[in-house]
Amino acid sequence: MNYPIETMALAVGAFAALLGAAFAQDSLFQAHMWVLFFSLLAGTIVMLRRAQFAPVGVTVAAPRHTEYSDDVIRYGVIATVFWGVVGFLVGVVVALQLAFPDLNIEPYLTFGRLRPLHTSAVIFAFGGNALIATSMYIVQRTSRARLFGGNLSWFVFWGYQLFIVLAATGYLLGITESKEYAEPEWYVDIWLTLVWVAYLVVFLGTIMTRKEPHIYVANWFFLAFIVTIAMLHIVNNLAVPVSFLGSKSYSLFSGVQDALTQWWYGHNAVGFFLTAGFLGMMYYFIPKQVNRPVYSYRLSIIHFWALIFMYIWAGPHHLHYTALPDWAQTLGMVFSIMLWMPSWGGMINGLMTLSGAWDKIRTDPIVRMMVMSVAFYGMATFEGPMMSIKSVNSLSHYTDWTIGHVHSGALGWNGLITFGAIYFLVPKLWGREKLYSTRMVSWHFWLATLGIVIYAAVMWVAGIQQGLMWREYDDQGFLVYSFAETVAAMFPYYVLRAVGGGLFLLGALLMAWNVTMTIRGSQREEQPIPGSVPLPQAAE
Amino acid sequence: METYTAMRHFADSWGLLAMALFFVGVVLFVLRPGAKRSAEQAAQIPLKEE
Repeated sequence: MNYPIETMALAVGAFAALLGAAFAQDSLFQAHMWVLFFSLLAGTIVMLRRAQFAPVGVTVAAPRHTEYSDDVIRYGVIATVFWGVVGFLVGVVVALQLAFPDLNIEPYLTFGRLRPLHTSAVIFAFGGNALIATSMYIVQRTSRARLFGGNLSWFVFWGYQLFIVLAATGYLLGITESKEYAEPEWYVDIWLTLVWVAYLVVFLGTIMTRKEPHIYVANWFFLAFIVTIAMLHIVNNLAVPVSFLGSKSYSLFSGVQDALTQWWYGHNAVGFFLTAGFLGMMYYFIPKQVNRPVYSYRLSIIHFWALIFMYIWAGPHHLHYTALPDWAQTLGMVFSIMLWMPSWGGMINGLMTLSGAWDKIRTDPIVRMMVMSVAFYGMATFEGPMMSIKSVNSLSHYTDWTIGHVHSGALGWNGLITFGAIYFLVPKLWGREKLYSTRMVSWHFWLATLGIVIYAAVMWVAGIQQGLMWREYDDQGFLVYSFAETVAAMFPYYVLRAVGGGLFLLGALLMAWNVTMTIRGSQREEQPIPGSVPLPQAAE
Repeated sequence: METYTAMRHFADSWGLLAMALFFVGVVLFVLRPGAKRSAEQAAQIPLKEE
């Protein structure tokens, strides 16, 4: 029988989940264990249906042993597209809920529960799957070695999907640690830790068994991402569960220590998950797509060290004018401002990789997407340090400006570079000559870009208006506006934001269609992009 | 001395110095004579495959 241990582990896990549901201390844990039980049961059934009982020694359909292990990456790319569409869709829903509060359906589909579902779906499900898939693709190519650990990479993939399912259903049930981007409760955190350690073993093992003497810079960024996320996740989630069969736990930290640990985690999730990891993608896919080496390799090494040395200190800027000691706030602000330099160094490095091939922006929509992504990286990393300055922050903090900033980084930088990577990867992974449609990539580019521009611009106006309304005093020293008045004033902006998000979602749906058709191996009949193929010349 | 105070003093003296020196060392190492050629070779790694 093939995969006996894997199948047994799933069955035992399903039984343990059943016991968890039976002896649960609270109804939420019970519901969550039922979710886990049915997920693992489905996994067991799938594995059993795949079982082959051939005698030992007779190899049935010997698994293809190609140079690289790419099956898990194919699954990862599909998961990225799927979770991307889900995450963007939930984003549009929560945007509409803010504009039209009647859309809050109690208790499971209120804004308070859907909002973490949206953030986790786009950051961890869409971004995380993109990072895992691309890092496994890149580390094999740049190390010229097969993925280390055999089927361990499958454990990483499916273990991560299970984490996503448990996190998402937990939010809807109302299970939360109430820490931003770290909402899952203790038992889900422990599971993610196991998966993450396996990921580190696969990635590091591949690097250790490499046949290429040098470790390419993209792998440095990915390694920094994996190691730092492990550290952040473990420290920020140090908690004591009330019961080993209950869904509630209490953080090891309290008060301002808890707040600082949370934003040390939160900001470095931005710095190492959404920046370092995606820079690894940038340093591989842009050179590949334009077929030129990175502009300055030495700059990329300095970029790496400067980024990881500075990002880790920037977290306190989330806690300006709070109980956090002043020196710590100032430290966070100073390091955030210093981050301008490595960020822009990296942006220039990415953009200048196109030098001598700038025409590709016109002729290749995938390159256009990647360049726009790096441009948004530059814009978001300019805006961020500016907002970390205390006097600017006193206006921007708690307003929608922050939300606009996050989205220009997440949709612009992370989203577009991931889309570019997906369009690069799909024909390669499925052995297709080219994508189903290049024109649809162009459409996706314009829909996504227009969506982000509308979103960010609207949130600037909304945020600054909100900030100014909150701080406006009359000549007697009374606040001019009640809070509810400032909420009502946001209505047109909230509607426009949903429009921007809707355009971005539309682009992602085009991508899902394009990717599906490419995998199925069809080609759309269409005019080539002008300039992408040489024009026929008349004979002289 | 209290643990917090001890760690705080270490962080803004020897800890800071060690990290700053490490960083300067990295930058000097990257810019050392002869590094340009090996950097150019490393930059070609992604283009060698497929």
